[in-house]
Amino acid sequence: MSEVPPTRMNEQVFKGKKKAAQSGHGLLKKKADALKVKFRDYAKAIAETKSGMAADSSSAFFSLTQAEYAAGNFKQKVSEGSMTARVRVGAGIDNVAGVKLPVFTYYETGAATDNASLGLVGGGKKIQMVREKYSALLQNLIKLASLQTSFVTLDEAMKVTNRRVNALENVTIPKIEHVLAYISRELDELEREDFTRLKLVQSKKENDLKEEKRLKDLAEAEAKKAGKIVAPKKTGSDVDMTANFDAGDDADVVF
Amino acid sequence: MTRETGKLVAVIGDEDTVTGFLLAGVGHRTPDSVNFLTVKADTKPETIESTFKSFTARDDIGIILINQHVANNMRHILKDYNQTIPTVLEIPSKEHPYDPEQDYIMQRVNMFLGGSA
Repeated sequence: MSEVPPTRMNEQVFKGKKKAAQSGHGLLKKKADALKVKFRDYAKAIAETKSGMAADSSSAFFSLTQAEYAAGNFKQKVSEGSMTARVRVGAGIDNVAGVKLPVFTYYETGAATDNASLGLVGGGKKIQMVREKYSALLQNLIKLASLQTSFVTLDEAMKVTNRRVNALENVTIPKIEHVLAYISRELDELEREDFTRLKLVQSKKENDLKEEKRLKDLAEAEAKKAGKIVAPKKTGSDVDMTANFDAGDDADVVF
Repeated sequence: MTRETGKLVAVIGDEDTVTGFLLAGVGHRTPDSVNFLTVKADTKPETIESTFKSFTARDDIGIILINQHVANNMRHILKDYNQTIPTVLEIPSKEHPYDPEQDYIMQRVNMFLGGSA
């Protein structure tokens, strides 16, 4: 990164970059917070639903046992023959801070009930009860499945976001700051060099002036001695003073 | 194959679980596939594993319900499973009450809630 030429323009460019990185960092942090809030909600909901599920399922199992007592062993019959799903799940999408979460919804296709004649001889009511209990359990489970998918997806999204936040905070921004510090250091150095050069030029000029004055005085004194009046010499501003310096000796000044 | 838009719910579990959910109407049998598996005492672990894998590979299945005691026997496969859909949901069975400690999701939930409470 420190191969960046230390110029004013690059300093501006990197200042812009730093600003962008910082605002990006802030936004991502906000996103991570939003995800965390949602994540916590889901975690609570899952904990509640899961403990409710245990009670639901045990009552469903009990109703099945009751039905078996009333209608005899019908389990074999249920799993036989061709069947079409009456219950399906629709997949919707929920959006949390730009993260897409799948949501399952329970719906019945309206297809005819399989094994409708089950329990005609006896225990039909109990079997109907089993259907209801398991349907209720299934609806809860589908809700739970949505929560669980969202939970896993959010977990993943949170990890990615946190990684980005940390990368910006600990890698990208320090890097940019390092470059900025390097550029300003180099620029300061150049300024100091310039200052010294100007000082040198000035002192040389002063020396030259002094020398010229001395020569002039000497000449005047001599002229006085000789009794002649000499026309005043050219003043300093008429002389091309830069002619004394060869510009080729100086290093190029790069800003 | 039907032209329904919704996805199916698949079940892997003991007889009671499967029967109950079939009565609730999740069962779907076509000439070449079923969406449930009854695990009996003599069902081989390989059969369960391959059924699970085929369920996860199908795109008409949205949720896989699996009894926790069955899931425990194939934990290594479930651990490697990282697809979002189908979602694998562990459910209690008749003989084995639900133990939240063994559920990966519940472990995460407890870790998160417990760690920040």
